[in-house]
Amino acid sequence: MTQPSQQQYRRPPAILLLPAVIGTAYLFFPLVGLVVRSPWGTLWQRLTEPGALTALWLSLITATITTAVCLILGVPVAFVLARTRFFGQRFVRALVTLPLVLPPVVGGVALFTAFGRTGVIGVWLDRWFGIELPFTTTAVVMSQTFVALPFLVIAVEGALRSADTRFEEAAATLGASRWTAFRRITLPLVGPGVAAGSVLCWARALGEFGATITFAGNLPGTTQTMPIAVYITLQNDPNGAILLSLILVAVSILVLVSLRGRWIGTG
Amino acid sequence: MWRKRLVAVSAAAIVAALALAGCGSSGKSSSATSTPGAGTTGANLSGTITVLAAASLTGTFNQLGQMFQAAHPGTTIKFSYGGSDTLAAQIVQGAPVDVFAAASPTTMKTVTDAGDNAGTPQNFVKNQLVIAVPPGNPKHLASLKDLTDPKLKVVLCAPTVPCGTAATKAEQAAGLTIKPVSEAPDVKSALTPVELGEADAALVYRTDAKAAAGKVDAVEFPESALAINTYPIVALKGSKNTALANAWVSYIVSPEALAVFTAAGFQAP
Amino acid sequence: MLHAHLVVDRGRFTLDLPLDVAAGEVVALLGPNGAGKTTALRALAGLVALSGGTIELDGTQIARPGGGLPPERRRVGVVFQDYLLFPHLSALENVAFGPRSTGSSRHHARVMAAAWLDRMGLADVALQRPGGLSGGQAQRVALARALVTSPRLLLLDEPLAALDAGTRLAVRADLRRHLGAYDGATVLVTHDPLDAMVLADRIVVIEAGKMVQDGPPSEIVRRPRTEYVARLAGLNLYRGVASEGFVSLADGGELTVEERMTGDVFVAFPPSAVAVHRQHPEGSPRNVWKVTVAGVEAHGDLMRVEFHGTPPVAAEVTPAAAAELELMPGQTAWVAVKATETHAYPA
Repeated sequence: MTQPSQQQYRRPPAILLLPAVIGTAYLFFPLVGLVVRSPWGTLWQRLTEPGALTALWLSLITATITTAVCLILGVPVAFVLARTRFFGQRFVRALVTLPLVLPPVVGGVALFTAFGRTGVIGVWLDRWFGIELPFTTTAVVMSQTFVALPFLVIAVEGALRSADTRFEEAAATLGASRWTAFRRITLPLVGPGVAAGSVLCWARALGEFGATITFAGNLPGTTQTMPIAVYITLQNDPNGAILLSLILVAVSILVLVSLRGRWIGTG
Repeated sequence: MWRKRLVAVSAAAIVAALALAGCGSSGKSSSATSTPGAGTTGANLSGTITVLAAASLTGTFNQLGQMFQAAHPGTTIKFSYGGSDTLAAQIVQGAPVDVFAAASPTTMKTVTDAGDNAGTPQNFVKNQLVIAVPPGNPKHLASLKDLTDPKLKVVLCAPTVPCGTAATKAEQAAGLTIKPVSEAPDVKSALTPVELGEADAALVYRTDAKAAAGKVDAVEFPESALAINTYPIVALKGSKNTALANAWVSYIVSPEALAVFTAAGFQAP
Repeated sequence: MLHAHLVVDRGRFTLDLPLDVAAGEVVALLGPNGAGKTTALRALAGLVALSGGTIELDGTQIARPGGGLPPERRRVGVVFQDYLLFPHLSALENVAFGPRSTGSSRHHARVMAAAWLDRMGLADVALQRPGGLSGGQAQRVALARALVTSPRLLLLDEPLAALDAGTRLAVRADLRRHLGAYDGATVLVTHDPLDAMVLADRIVVIEAGKMVQDGPPSEIVRRPRTEYVARLAGLNLYRGVASEGFVSLADGGELTVEERMTGDVFVAFPPSAVAVHRQHPEGSPRNVWKVTVAGVEAHGDLMRVEFHGTPPVAAEVTPAAAAELELMPGQTAWVAVKATETHAYPA
């Protein structure tokens, strides 16, 4: 078995170089623009403004909780799509990609119609348990989960499909129940896929705006995430908004870089 | 050695990009300031202009746009609606638009302070706040004080948006504090939760409540008279079609337009 | 002990194999590729459902058509062709996997695993991942992993196929020892007759899903019943009708044999019993006929020469003799086989 680190890297075809450079530059220059235009002198003052740090903290917490929820819900969905066959499977797969094509604001309205106090499910939550979901921090997590779940499901499903199923057979012959085989064999073997999906999920949740501002609303401290704070600030203080955006970008890069070596597999 | 090629290609790409940037940018074309006269002959008007207008002007401007274009064939008026501060920010950033209609003098000030206006802004309507409630007013709200009930879900505009500023003024005038469940970035999204039945009330303009008549009911409250928003309009320096821009501004301040505005719930300036 | 009748519909053919294996016995399933050997193994392991028949292990039925116990509830251990050692676990954790999955504590499972690895002489690679093990080591870890769960039936799928020729010799001997020490029934699948002969107490030959021969290795080799087995054993095999010491061969020709038999018979003799001459030989051998050289190839120290003729025959000669006789394709020659060197047996 060849380990990935033993792969030899060949010269890439020349014709790919120019598009590769253009693609990278296209992603790079807006970042450069932000950095150049940012009022760095006011950095400390803005950072210590109560709103900015609260929004940042809320964003980080909700994105992380969302990722955990997506893992708990998404990995089983991915497993069922990749490894089983059942009636209506195509429908479920289409359902999973729905949040990808739906404009996030529409997603927010859809969440209202399901979980709002007049919503299909929400009506019963309110009547029986007195639970009201919109305009809460929980609603932030729900909005982020709605838009980020597909990323995790698709990444994990892809990894499961290309994994070797014979190891599960071997595990079965050794006496492992299906759950034990899944937990100790299947899941570890698709670890990199799960990690990649989690990163995508976290990043998408962190930047989520449209569904959140519709379903959860905007209230500093409760539901005002960083992207929403940036949008509100943009309206009367564009430079401040630039700075806030960069803070968000910097924190994200910090987290992703510190995780990369450990979990993504390629150092 | 392919790495050397990569560096060469990158350098070439950067040079090309900079060259393109040099070709593409143009300074703001300075056109002669023209004073907007009242009523311009429509005979020579043609072309397209883009008008940035506060979200609360959506219905009326669309209607007036159709009327204007019908009266002046060959002209096209394009509209872009949003929160006045976002729009003002876009103009100051250099958005290539022709006319700006704001929902407050404060947001208009952002534009005039930056010197992007061509001429003095003119006030064309006033708008007043009402309490928007679900049809039938199920919670029987009648005054601003009712909105302070902690069991109610109230949506306000964000403080930086004109309708939010007006709401703050009204609160101060009444000596009350309302705790909203959400601060909407513009007036339309303040109404959405009420229309969906998810919020009990929102403080919005009379015009918006009227536009959503059937989906929401409007409740007048006395303190609103102390926080009325005046709407100014101005043609912009960066306009490429000053004749048409000025013609539109003149049209908006005309009596004909005022009739349309009043029907929608605005008041005369 | 195993009592089974394996019936599995595989589309191209149907596997229909009765199989009984006593405790402590090693049975090899031998046959060409695609004969159904692996299918039989997978059915015994529970990885493939039976279309018909039954499987009983130590008196309990563990499979019936369309159902039965799932693999994790059968007391069956499997050593797979590629070993399928879990790549993310060390050798020790691989071997400990079975006990841990069936309820042993982690500590206890590791103790058992360490003991088995020690027995296999693998104590110093216990903490290595499978990627760092040699072929022979991996095979032993796979065997230990299967045996540590005390299965009642041990299945081995081409256990030596992944090894190079040099390692195979040592590992085969090793495996024979371990199988000897194991007290359950063992079924081993192979296409290598040497593996079958060294490791098995009994060989079951399968072709196209059906059993064609069943017996101890010596019997199979001495009395092959199909071309396939004969070829494996390196014998010349013919079928015909016997009467009065003569056998009329089905494909033409006649042989004189030693046994007095009647009816349908096989006749077999090794290539070493065939004498090759340039001209018609003098003397007594009863079986003499003219042939043409079809092909020559090296076979160990000797040359194996295939002849066209009635009947066709294969002979074994020294390279010197082959050169002297000028044995090249197309060359005519005469072959002689003494009746005493032939072996006829009922078909």
